[in-house]
Amino acid sequence: MNTGVPLIYFLILAAIMFFAGVYGFLTRRNLITILMSVELILNSVNINFVAYNRYLYPHKLEGFFFSLFVIAVAASEAAVAIAIIINIYRRFTTINVEDVDTMRY
Amino acid sequence: MNILSLFVLIPVLTITGIVLIKDMRQVKIVASIGMGLQLLLSALLIFLYVSARHAGDTAEMLFIKDIVWFKSLNIHYAVGVDGISVAMIGLTSIVVFAGIFASWELEFLTKEFFISLILLATGVFGFFISIDLFTMFLFYELAVIPMYLLIGIWGSGPKEYSAMKLTLMLMGASALILVGILGIHFNSAPDGGQMSFNILEISRIKIPMKAQYIFFPLTFVGFGVLGALFPFHTWSPDGHSSAPTAVSMLHAGVLMKLGGYGAFRVAMFLMPEAAHELAWIFIILTTISVVYGAFSAIVQKDLKYINAYSSVSHCGLVLFAILMMNQTAMNGAIIQMISHGLMTALFFALIGMIYSRTHTRLINEMGGLMKVIPFLSVCYVIAGLASLGLPGFSGFVAEMTIFAGAFQHPDLFHRIMTIIAITSIVITAVYILRVIAILLLGPATNEHYEHLTDAKWYEKVSTITLISFIVFIGLAPFWLSSMIRGSLQPIISKILALNPF
Amino acid sequence: MVTFTYTVWILLIPFLMFILLGLAGHKLKPKLSGLLGTSGLAVITALSYITAYLYFFQTEKIDGAFQKIIAYNATWLQLTDDLHIDIGVLIDPISVMMLIVITTVSFMVHIYSLGYMKGEKGFERYYAFLSLFSFSMLGLVLSTNIFEMYIFWELVGISSYLLIGFYYQKPSAVKASKKAFIVTRFADMGFLIGILILSFNTKTLDFITLTDPAGPAIAQGSGISFMGLSVMTWSMIFVYMGGVGKSAMFPFHIWLPDAMEGPTPVSALIHAATMVVAGVYLVARMFPIYALAAPAALDVVAYVGAFSSLFAAVIACTQTDIKRVLAYSTISQIGYMMLALGVSGYGGHEGLGYMASMFHLFTHAMFKALLFLGAGAIIHAVHSNYMNDMGGLRKYLPITHITFLIACLTISGIPPFSGFFSKDEILAAAFSHNKILFAIEYAVAGITAFYMFRLYFNIFWGEDTRYEHTPHEAPVTMTIPLIVLAIGAAVSGIIPFNKLVTSDSKAFESEIEWGIAVPSVLIGLLGIGIAYIFYGKKSSLPDRLAATFKYTYKWAYNKFYIDEIYLFITKKIIFRYISEPVAWFDRHIVDGTMNAIATVTQAVSFRIRGFQSGQLQKYVYVFISGAILLAVIFIYLWH
Repeated sequence: MNTGVPLIYFLILAAIMFFAGVYGFLTRRNLITILMSVELILNSVNINFVAYNRYLYPHKLEGFFFSLFVIAVAASEAAVAIAIIINIYRRFTTINVEDVDTMRY
Repeated sequence: MNILSLFVLIPVLTITGIVLIKDMRQVKIVASIGMGLQLLLSALLIFLYVSARHAGDTAEMLFIKDIVWFKSLNIHYAVGVDGISVAMIGLTSIVVFAGIFASWELEFLTKEFFISLILLATGVFGFFISIDLFTMFLFYELAVIPMYLLIGIWGSGPKEYSAMKLTLMLMGASALILVGILGIHFNSAPDGGQMSFNILEISRIKIPMKAQYIFFPLTFVGFGVLGALFPFHTWSPDGHSSAPTAVSMLHAGVLMKLGGYGAFRVAMFLMPEAAHELAWIFIILTTISVVYGAFSAIVQKDLKYINAYSSVSHCGLVLFAILMMNQTAMNGAIIQMISHGLMTALFFALIGMIYSRTHTRLINEMGGLMKVIPFLSVCYVIAGLASLGLPGFSGFVAEMTIFAGAFQHPDLFHRIMTIIAITSIVITAVYILRVIAILLLGPATNEHYEHLTDAKWYEKVSTITLISFIVFIGLAPFWLSSMIRGSLQPIISKILALNPF
Repeated sequence: MVTFTYTVWILLIPFLMFILLGLAGHKLKPKLSGLLGTSGLAVITALSYITAYLYFFQTEKIDGAFQKIIAYNATWLQLTDDLHIDIGVLIDPISVMMLIVITTVSFMVHIYSLGYMKGEKGFERYYAFLSLFSFSMLGLVLSTNIFEMYIFWELVGISSYLLIGFYYQKPSAVKASKKAFIVTRFADMGFLIGILILSFNTKTLDFITLTDPAGPAIAQGSGISFMGLSVMTWSMIFVYMGGVGKSAMFPFHIWLPDAMEGPTPVSALIHAATMVVAGVYLVARMFPIYALAAPAALDVVAYVGAFSSLFAAVIACTQTDIKRVLAYSTISQIGYMMLALGVSGYGGHEGLGYMASMFHLFTHAMFKALLFLGAGAIIHAVHSNYMNDMGGLRKYLPITHITFLIACLTISGIPPFSGFFSKDEILAAAFSHNKILFAIEYAVAGITAFYMFRLYFNIFWGEDTRYEHTPHEAPVTMTIPLIVLAIGAAVSGIIPFNKLVTSDSKAFESEIEWGIAVPSVLIGLLGIGIAYIFYGKKSSLPDRLAATFKYTYKWAYNKFYIDEIYLFITKKIIFRYISEPVAWFDRHIVDGTMNAIATVTQAVSFRIRGFQSGQLQKYVYVFISGAILLAVIFIYLWH
């Protein structure tokens, strides 16, 4: 029914975005960059939602709505996360994630 | 309202009262009123129980109340008492009452202390009235947890170490008990049908022998840890010596009895067949407890350690007698629990009072106290004499019933073990008289002691309450003995069916 | 038919008196407490004499035998269906005889103590303990079953403990009381085991059933055997162990000499006249079982008695503390009684030894109490226990002197005093049964006369020691008991025991056997003569003799080192080699295992805590690897 771009392209794009996000999350030391990586992961999930919805259940809208939810949650999460990061900066005067290891044994 | 539920309700109300109070002085008053009521209530319960029996009520348990609590697992809030539980409830209320007065001078976090203490008592009362294994276990845990706080916060010496050790060992024990209880539960319907937690129901069926061989040792050891079964007794000396006075009293006087009572009510009562087969192992262990505790007590230097080891010896006798599996010995075991509960509480109360005056518990540092604090010293002598089994005090009644019963066992092995256990009466005399001689008699060793004051009124209340019950049981044991004897009939008939002598 | 229900009061009065004096004594004036105690005892003394009169002369005999009457009995504790401990009152010849002995001596001691203990601190406590003792001792002799006897047996033990340690600030008294209690407690353990064996095999605790010669108990018990001896023999040997402890026979005699640390009237009452003969009474009470079902145990009784009497008599010759001399003399005399029981048979003239033993118990109670009270009067006068501090006292203490002399003559078996009669019967019984034991006792009779007169001459004759205060005669409260007991000691020999207190409660004929009596009097006189030569005047003979037999003397003087052996066993073996290792084992092995478990747990958690590094990205790394791993497993390996 769909003659345009095949589904698999969207999935590959989402996978690349996801692993780029994971890679960024694991390798970056800056908290802001980590947050950005998280956004990448979330958005890769959004792409998956939308793509599956469009290709598998074109008459339903749950996938779209869910991605809207994710966007909303991601926005608020970004707000909270940045607030936390600012607090961490005030407390530790750094936003390097390796220096913030108070919660250990 | 069922009279038994009051035993849990009154402490809970007392705790609520204490929480609401602002004035620290009133805390003690509320606590003592609450526990005084509890004491009266147990007197009433004993009266009701005895008169019901006289009126010819032959039910196994009286005052039964059964409320479904958790339907899908068939857990009930089920209470009921027989002569044994009535006796134990009586003991608990006496000891708690005396314990409140023994901690009258406590200044540090008074409110929290009394709350924990009464919470502990709630657990103990609940344990004794329950006839549902799960409820029983719940109350058991309720009694163990406050112990950690009581020792860890208000204790002395290496209190964190002792509290942690005690709690961990008792928790380990309760893991065994939980496994045992669940094992009993899942085998409580061998022929299909609803599985049960109710002791009375389970006691009517025969748990498959395979299950019994696994779960009897688990349950018995689990409760045995609490009853200071060798070699799982080491929490007791450390715990006792670090605990504050009232906690030592309650601990040795009542909490250790949960072990004996549980071993009897759960392990023996529900699985007599396995008990009969495996008793010899535990008889050896308990005989070791009896003699070993006594020998250890001889060389101890700290008053509380002496008493803790003496408790190991005396509580060993309780388990020893239960394992003898005949009516007289078991009767003796229950009397021994009560008797030991009373006199060890008296001991710990007195040790606490002496400690608060001399600020030491090492016997070698004290001497000649008889002259300066005659009242406390005389009480100490009485406690000592009761502990070494002098006629006229409860200890004699208990020990003689145990020995006479145990020696009636047709098997020679059991009788030889009894003779070994009997030697403890001599060793007990040695360490008791040693302490009395060093601590109380002789010339006063320290001129600083000249100014010590004798017992205050609340200390007198505490000690006199305990002494009067010790003497009462010692002089007139027949009523207690007959009350317990009747309640042993069900288990005895099960054992007799097993092994007609 | 005479009823004896009132005899319950014989037990109740001293008990109530104990409660009263014990609880309220310190609020009363000391003198009032003393008088209360004494008057209570006066009442029970009167009751006892009435009982004796009614029992021996008014109660009908059946088949010429005195009946055992249960005056009162109530179940105190139900043990098994068959066994129950009763508290009751049993009236039979020996218990009535003991009633007379106990109340008489106790009453005298109560009066005596009014003078002797005057002004002592704790006067009311003293009388409370005396009441407790009277109660327990009377309960012991009136017991209807063996367990009741055990109860009172323990109670006399504790009253003895309390009274020996009366001067509780004196370390030696504290030590002595502890020793007395623990030694007798050890023996009581044997008694308890004996009771248990007995009850296991006979299914009864009741004395009347147990000791019925034709009854089931004796028949049942003698059948079963264990390790070559019948269980009856075993149980009787164990029961006798209790008797050995309480009666201070070898090897449990060590507590009695030390027990002299107590006030002297207490020594007279408890450690001479009444409590220490409880062992004899016990054997007499169980006598049918010993004689009919456990003759081997009876031989043990005889040999232990004979050995103790000789052993103690030898030690008594060397001691210098007058109370200790008397204590060893008590051991020796009780040995006599045990021996007499041991050589006795059951029934008729066979039971001569039994009768003699009871007779000697009676006379011994009189003269030994007299000796102790006399010693008390002497100590009261010179404030010392040692005979080296005494001498020439006959001028100062005339009444004490005369009464003491009577007592010495009585114990030496010189006619017409009572000791002559009872000792003669014992020797006659021993002669007809066992010649070796007879020879030993014969020698002991001589030694007894020697050491008693050694004591007598040293105290009352010899040179006048220079006293700081001139000794004066004791007050009248102390001399009256001396006189009463002296009369008792002198004339009680005429009581016809063979008509009243016999093994089967039937009268039998016995006469003084002059063939035995005359030599025994002669050997007594010989002993007195030697004592006179040695100690009547100042003489170096004893010292030279002691120097010649240096080692023998030293051994006897140190009581054959039995105390040291005990000390070695208790201090070295029990404390050092049992208790301390046990305590060490508990702290280090048992507790160490528990701690080791905790330590191992802790070490393991130290190792694995590295996972909690606090590095956020490490956590995520592990998390993602795990997720991928799971995904791989689920996708490729699950099928």
